[in-house]
Amino acid sequence: MGKKMHIQMTVNGKAEEFLAEPRELLIYTLRERLNITGPHIGCETSHCGACTVTLNGKSVKACTVFVAQADGSEITTIEGLGTPDALHPLQVAFKEHHGLQCGYCTPGMITRATKLLEENPNPTEEEIRFGMAGNICRCTGYQNIVKSIKAAAAEMNAAKEAAE
Amino acid sequence: MIPASFEYYRPKDLDGVLALLRDHGDDARVMAGGHSLIPMMKLRMAEVPHLIDLQDVAGLRGIEVGAEGIRLGAMVTQSEIIAHDGLAQAAPILREAALQIADPQVRNMGTVGGNVANGDPGNDMPGLMQCLDAAFTLVGPDSERQVAARDFYEAAYMTAREDDEVLTAVTIPLPKGGHAYEKQKRKIGDYATAAAAVQILKEGGSCASASIAMTNLSDTPIFCEEAGAALVGSTLDTAALDAAVAAMQAAIDPSEDNRGPVDFKRHVAGVILRRAIERAWSRA
Ligand SMILES: Cc1cc2nc3c(=O)[nH]c(=O)nc-3n(C[C@H](O)[C@H](O)[C@H](O)COP(=O)(O)OP(=O)(O)OC[C@H]3O[C@@H](n4cnc5c(N)ncnc54)[C@H](O)[C@@H]3O)c2cc1C
Ligand code: FES
Ligand code: FES
Repeated sequence: MGKKMHIQMTVNGKAEEFLAEPRELLIYTLRERLNITGPHIGCETSHCGACTVTLNGKSVKACTVFVAQADGSEITTIEGLGTPDALHPLQVAFKEHHGLQCGYCTPGMITRATKLLEENPNPTEEEIRFGMAGNICRCTGYQNIVKSIKAAAAEMNAAKEAAE
Repeated sequence: MIPASFEYYRPKDLDGVLALLRDHGDDARVMAGGHSLIPMMKLRMAEVPHLIDLQDVAGLRGIEVGAEGIRLGAMVTQSEIIAHDGLAQAAPILREAALQIADPQVRNMGTVGGNVANGDPGNDMPGLMQCLDAAFTLVGPDSERQVAARDFYEAAYMTAREDDEVLTAVTIPLPKGGHAYEKQKRKIGDYATAAAAVQILKEGGSCASASIAMTNLSDTPIFCEEAGAALVGSTLDTAALDAAVAAMQAAIDPSEDNRGPVDFKRHVAGVILRRAIERAWSRA
């Protein structure tokens, strides 16, 4: 066992503080230490994107970040995006447009898609496919994922316009 | 996949990094984005008893585009390169190449310094920087020096950087003429089967200068002076293109792996270089 270090982070708006070995991977911190099990482990080799979270405003693969690197950070996971009673527009769109089958990739997909739509609120199909290239789905064939993200973008843009 | 344990440090300045490297010698290693190093540590192919995270070190970030050239701090990420419009205007090949590296999440973490310091023949930026004739700034305990990208790579994971030196910046002379970064890969997020970086200057309808570097076709990137020379003075006719491709074939030394046998890689290298030259010429 290596020496533990004192870690502080804000996850989905909640301050967390604990001791951990620096080598702990962020995905295990979230899932096993903090019981935030939305982000999944698909490959554990930085390829599939099932573990995607937002770290200090950027999409990252939590299986390829040491908890020590995330000390002092702000993290958002799928749990921080919507609640069962008040789903995020992307969650609504994935549900409406069959953007998921088994659902294993979905938390990573949706968490990544929130950042994609922040960076580019009105993406073309090609831009969606390119922007989602770090997330692999073995069920849907991606068609309905693209459709869902397009629909959510339209919905979010309409809501923004209505608010202005 | 749990890496071996290590001591973790997050110094605030370069002196702090250099002191740790001095104290721990071979047992210490710096980490930038960690997207080459962490996978190696998880596989236990790299053991790093003392890990020095560069994320808080002052002075390693920032993109400067000046009249003479470009300076990229070592900790500039691939995403930051893509997002910077001034950079894309001054040296469009940087954005074109960065967009072909990995995927959005990886590009948010992966840095230019880590990519060029790593020494993996699969990395795209070493060849790119050789094409652009970039130089790397290396800061050691009592010295600072510049090493040309074209002189930096010795063998796979072997570079001119000493263990106690930190790569702090990449400087690039403003490129002239047309550019292209062409990469053949099996899927998005894959390393190159073959890639070519080309920068061509056209004057009065013929080629005034050409710079060509190839990626993942040898145990180092291959800057191929002869291939560029074969184009100079020509109007990029078939004979000149054939001569450039032949010169490149003589310089590379691919080996068989899961991306294919040697003959296939040579074939792909030829196709990719032809495409890159033609596209760079069309933009020159
Ligand atoms: C799924 C996946 C796909 C990828 N695909 C590609 C691809 O197609 N093309 C490509 O080029 N790369 C690819 N990469 C690698 C990625 O671009 C890495 O981020 C990059 O190679 C290393 O940058 P880093 O900042 O993550 O460095 P790190 O992993 O932190 O470091 C890499 C090495 O460089 C050393 N180092 C880092 N910074 C410095 C410094 N400032 N001074 C001295 N030494 C330093 C470290 O000690 C380490 O040995 C991929 C990675 C993944 C996970
Ligand atoms: S589990 Fe992290 S990328 Fe697959
Ligand atoms: S819905 Fe099953 S992996 Fe995407």
